[in-house]
Amino acid sequence: MDSIPQELKYSKDHEWVRLENDKAFVGITDHAQSELGEIVFVELPPIGERFNKDEEISTVESVKAASAIINPIEGVVVEVNEDLDGSPELVNTDCYKNYLYALESFSRSDYDELLNATDYGAYLESL
Amino acid sequence: MSESLLIDISKLGRKAYCFPVLDLPRGFEQALPEIPQELLRQKPARLPEVSELDVVRHFTRLSNQAYGVDNGSYPLGSCTMKYNPKLSEQIAKLEEFTSIHPLQDISTVQGCLSVMYNLLEDLSSITGMRWGSLQPCAGAHGEYTGLKMIRSYFLKRGDVDRNKVLVPVSAHGTNPASAVINGFEVVTVASDSEGLVDMDDLRSKLDSSVAALMLTNPNTLGLFEKNILQISSLVHEIGALLYYDGANLNAIMGMATPGDMGFDVIHLNLHKTFSTPHGGGGPGSGPVMVNEKLVPFLPKPDIELTDSGYVYNWELPDSIGKVSMFWGNFLVLVRAYVYILRMGSEGIRAASMHAVLNANYLKSRLKDSFEIPYAKGCMHEFVVSCDNLKKRYGITAQDIAKGLIDCGYHPPTMYFPSLVGEALMFEPTESESVETLDDFADTLIALLERAKADPAYLKGCPYTTPVGRLDEVKAVKEPNLHY
Amino acid sequence: MVYPYIPHTDEDRKKMLDAIGVASIEELYEGLTEELMLSDSVPISHGRSEDEVLRMITSIAQRNSKGIPFLGCGCYDHLIPSTVQALANLPSFVTAYTPYQAEMSQGLLQAIYEFQSMICEITGMDVSNASLYDGANAASEAASLMIHAKRKATTVLVSSTIHPFALQVLTTWATGAGHRIRLVSEHLGVADFSQLDAEITDDVAGLIVQSPNRYGFLEDYSGIAQRLHERGCLFAISSDLLSLAMQKSPAEWDADIAVGDTQALGIPLGFGGPSCGYMAVTKALMRKIPGRIVGATVDAQGRKGYTLTLQAREQHIKREHATSNVCSNQALAALMTTIHLSSLGWGGMVEAAQQSYVKAHYLAYHLAQLPGISLIWDSPFWCEFPLVFSDAKRMRKFLQELRNEDIFAGVRLSSLTRKPQDELVLLVAVTEKRSREELELYLAAARRVMK
Repeated sequence: MDSIPQELKYSKDHEWVRLENDKAFVGITDHAQSELGEIVFVELPPIGERFNKDEEISTVESVKAASAIINPIEGVVVEVNEDLDGSPELVNTDCYKNYLYALESFSRSDYDELLNATDYGAYLESL
Repeated sequence: MSESLLIDISKLGRKAYCFPVLDLPRGFEQALPEIPQELLRQKPARLPEVSELDVVRHFTRLSNQAYGVDNGSYPLGSCTMKYNPKLSEQIAKLEEFTSIHPLQDISTVQGCLSVMYNLLEDLSSITGMRWGSLQPCAGAHGEYTGLKMIRSYFLKRGDVDRNKVLVPVSAHGTNPASAVINGFEVVTVASDSEGLVDMDDLRSKLDSSVAALMLTNPNTLGLFEKNILQISSLVHEIGALLYYDGANLNAIMGMATPGDMGFDVIHLNLHKTFSTPHGGGGPGSGPVMVNEKLVPFLPKPDIELTDSGYVYNWELPDSIGKVSMFWGNFLVLVRAYVYILRMGSEGIRAASMHAVLNANYLKSRLKDSFEIPYAKGCMHEFVVSCDNLKKRYGITAQDIAKGLIDCGYHPPTMYFPSLVGEALMFEPTESESVETLDDFADTLIALLERAKADPAYLKGCPYTTPVGRLDEVKAVKEPNLHY
Repeated sequence: MVYPYIPHTDEDRKKMLDAIGVASIEELYEGLTEELMLSDSVPISHGRSEDEVLRMITSIAQRNSKGIPFLGCGCYDHLIPSTVQALANLPSFVTAYTPYQAEMSQGLLQAIYEFQSMICEITGMDVSNASLYDGANAASEAASLMIHAKRKATTVLVSSTIHPFALQVLTTWATGAGHRIRLVSEHLGVADFSQLDAEITDDVAGLIVQSPNRYGFLEDYSGIAQRLHERGCLFAISSDLLSLAMQKSPAEWDADIAVGDTQALGIPLGFGGPSCGYMAVTKALMRKIPGRIVGATVDAQGRKGYTLTLQAREQHIKREHATSNVCSNQALAALMTTIHLSSLGWGGMVEAAQQSYVKAHYLAYHLAQLPGISLIWDSPFWCEFPLVFSDAKRMRKFLQELRNEDIFAGVRLSSLTRKPQDELVLLVAVTEKRSREELELYLAAARRVMK
């Protein structure tokens, strides 16, 4: 069973979002990381650029798969998780601790439209 | 034994090749204009400095660590690894072909143009299409070219909103990639329980925004899309075009034509169906062939036969333009033409029939040992699943493949198409004899039995190669891509 | 029924059909309805014996005329060591597929690794792929890479001095796919960068240039990379690989992408194909380069081995997210270049480049003395240069007179561009393979016409 922390919100593309101060941290869910297998590379987005909701923002790769990260909420990239540069496997180890990037001046309404843990769980069941 | 890199045995002062001494009048070199210093290279490149024998031994040993159709059976699905006739090689090396420059005056290249023109005529007959272009250098390049033509066709008609290309879930990965790089949106069409295009799903996705449906027929499960005429009329009813991926033409060549099935544009893989060698990953050749509708959009120049011989025609206002530097992989075209001349109309038909016979025979030999998910009929290839073996014994498709290497065979295609779990795809081609197929089947069945009894043995395969299974994660995480 | 390359006897067929449980092969085509099944064989000729085919094709081949080629424009007649044909024709290289099964394909993979290494060494770049179709397609792939590397970019700047055919291939690439090519103008036969800063608008992804360019001239890219990089754009240089033995490498110009042809190194003219395109990039673009890449790694016992790697970039994994559809490339032609470079070494490569340079200048110098022809523009060139004739009639006479001596004197620029203003320009290429005798023959014939 995939773990789905209660306090986060989720997209149907299997990203999670966590609000902290004025930032929105984005990562991939347990379901996404286990589908990919051993992660060997995370492409981090450029800092300072604004990305739309549903825009392809980065890529996570395993040896035999590549998955596009679909930005779940509009915002400006202000931080990327540089630990992933040398150790992309951290996403496998703890996908909820190891975010990919953080957004500022993000769209509150996009955030509100994300799924809560229960709904995301139900969505996974339906797949 | 692993082979050193040539650079590692390099020794300054050794030479494998000497140029003739420069024999211009003395002093001329001094009178040469100087190239400005800022345009000159500063840093030398590190290349091997070795003797001729070093070079010969190095590459001979490397070739001993490679495996081609000449070494043994190669049932790599979707790749049509048939025998590459030696006559084709001999003819492609004629100096009258190899020493011809692509920009010579047209009157001096009538032989080359004759080969290309006649090859186009034969390929038109074999595929039931009107005409084509030999410029694309590989199958994917042919797809790229075909989809460009489809785009131009709609732009010319002012039908500018057709932005979708439909691709079955079982398609080769190049199909969606080719569509996307041409600016199309890809929509996937589901397969039904028999492994064919799901007609209801197709109907629901066909509308005025669709430019084309790309199909491989027989598809990548080796199954003939028996609803093809219905598919064709559905696609054409909404004004879209039908694209044929020729990767699997070897099943039907001489028996039926993509033209009769209603395809508007197709690409061929001369390095599959028409027996030109794969060269370890190319050069191939991927001609596009089209029906009347798309002729104006073919790449230019076209080759035409006039009273004064063959000429290029550049005056094609609707052409998509050039797709290759020159005229295509000409020396590959020569080989394909030789093959067609040798086989003739009956021979190409016989090739397809025996490719289908061989696949069905091998399938009948394996059907009691392996799970065959889409078992109803197959053409020139078939797909088995190792899902149950994985569940019961932990044996994967990759394990079986690696075990076959130790038995002296090239493995089948693994993990494709993705709608079959733990897939192994077999395409024996018409080249293999019944004895080879029997030996292959016996070997595979024995390997499977041994693996069931001792899965750990299979997990360690291959044992007989210079290296065992390689650490692919390390290869990606710590890329070592040059010396 | 006996067919070439099909080993089945009647007895075999019977045994196999029995095992399958059908009466005829036709029964296996049950999906093919009657309306699709051809009632007759396709209208091509009947099969022929080896000897008949050999005679027929030999007679077709003899309709080609060989001559002494002073032709270039992207395809050059250089010397090729005997090792190249002998080794590249070894059957396990020729008849192998792409090395998907690494353990049984170490030789092929290692050869590709050595090719990549040589391309990196010669271009000075960090990462090379296993080859692309040709130089023109490599330039298109560079354009794609640029577009995908910069968000919202739609336009690629291209120097108007790149090979006319490469420009046509790039134009085809852009058309209908939502991309744009914008030309950077030329001045005195080389790219003119005086307006570059204004030309780099926000929609621009990068710049593609070529040196030696379409006329044979070497171009100066001082400061270009910096101006592009400041605006978030990429810089690609296309070069004949052999020219890099003399001229500054793409890395020395601080380029991000190096592309071009390797044909000058070990690949015969062959009516223009197969050639072999190369592409090498900086480390920053490692995961954006198209095509196959081989990497070194180890097996479970720690033994060094080679495998296809970074495959997550490629079409068979990314499908509709891929940025290139390349899979089959020009592996065997790349192998020819690898064997050629292994035989020449750096010293030999420099010698081939230098002798070509000296011989080209020898011919150019003496031709320029003749009335009615001149060398346009005073830019430095390597092994190819443009002659301008005073009138079309003399140009035709010149070409004919040299043809009578079996000399192919050059390529008319207008045959590539199809533009009337290029009508009087002849591009002449000279390689180290042209002997003193051949050069003097050329000059003597030229002197007869251009008195």
